Amino acid sequence: MSYDLPPYAAHLGVIVERDEESGGPLVRMPPGPHLLGRPDFLHGGAIAGLLEISAIVALFHALGREERPRVKPINVTIDFMRGGRVRDTFAAGTVTRIGTRVANVEAHAWQEDRARPIAAARMNLLLARDGGL
Amino acid sequence: MTSTPPDPGFDPKHFADTLGLFGHAAHLGLRYAGQGADWVELAIAHDPRLVGNTETGVLASGPIIALMDMATSLAVWLRIGRFVPQVTLDMRIDYLRPAAPGRDVIGRGECYRITRQIAFVRGQAHDGDPDDPVAHVTGTFMFTPDPPPARSGGEDGR
Repeated sequence: MSYDLPPYAAHLGVIVERDEESGGPLVRMPPGPHLLGRPDFLHGGAIAGLLEISAIVALFHALGREERPRVKPINVTIDFMRGGRVRDTFAAGTVTRIGTRVANVEAHAWQEDRARPIAAARMNLLLARDGGL
Repeated sequence: MTSTPPDPGFDPKHFADTLGLFGHAAHLGLRYAGQGADWVELAIAHDPRLVGNTETGVLASGPIIALMDMATSLAVWLRIGRFVPQVTLDMRIDYLRPAAPGRDVIGRGECYRITRQIAFVRGQAHDGDPDDPVAHVTGTFMFTPDPPPARSGGEDGR
């Protein structure tokens, strides 16, 4: 399944891959100097951006091919658990609920060990299935 | 002519103009925009590469988080009066409305409480009218006791 990623995703340099664990999408962010927040660590904003992209990609995956509502973020809460090192960072979202108007999605980001997340996000998104929001 | 007393305080503009905005902040084009007694403003110029929705041309939310993270971070140092190493513990952002396409977004960060280990911050982002914000954030920073070790496999940077 392909996803129409926005220019911002390309600017971050993220790549959507297949999550062997879940069969769903996995978003990978290769390291680079454009992602640093302080020497040797990734910027929290870049990690937050990766988490949001993975949450939205997981939502589109859950909605399936036939349904493509417009999606607008209402809010996002991000917890930073560990400093992000200069290496590949992965993120995957879990859709908790898709309602008529709102979807609740969680996302986790990790580096070498999935059981040791570096950051997590909880995101509420508004769904517009027939134009209006 | 009176001599200007040396100011030992933290200078957000100097910080932003020199070493502060490297890496990701530079990649997004963040810049200093202003400051008050207890707040700091940074701005992010409209850039088609930062768009999150090609149909509407609206800025993605990731750059707004980075903007608010930096603006609130500078507000902590402004309040303390010097640079102190810290990491973001959490940040919540409410998207009040889309930023107007083509407009710069200005993020105003404020630090309203500091304890021994934690700084509490809030802020708003707007695209021209501070009374009509596009986003509202709250967050916390945690001071790091020592510069985090750079070796891999060591402590996790906090």
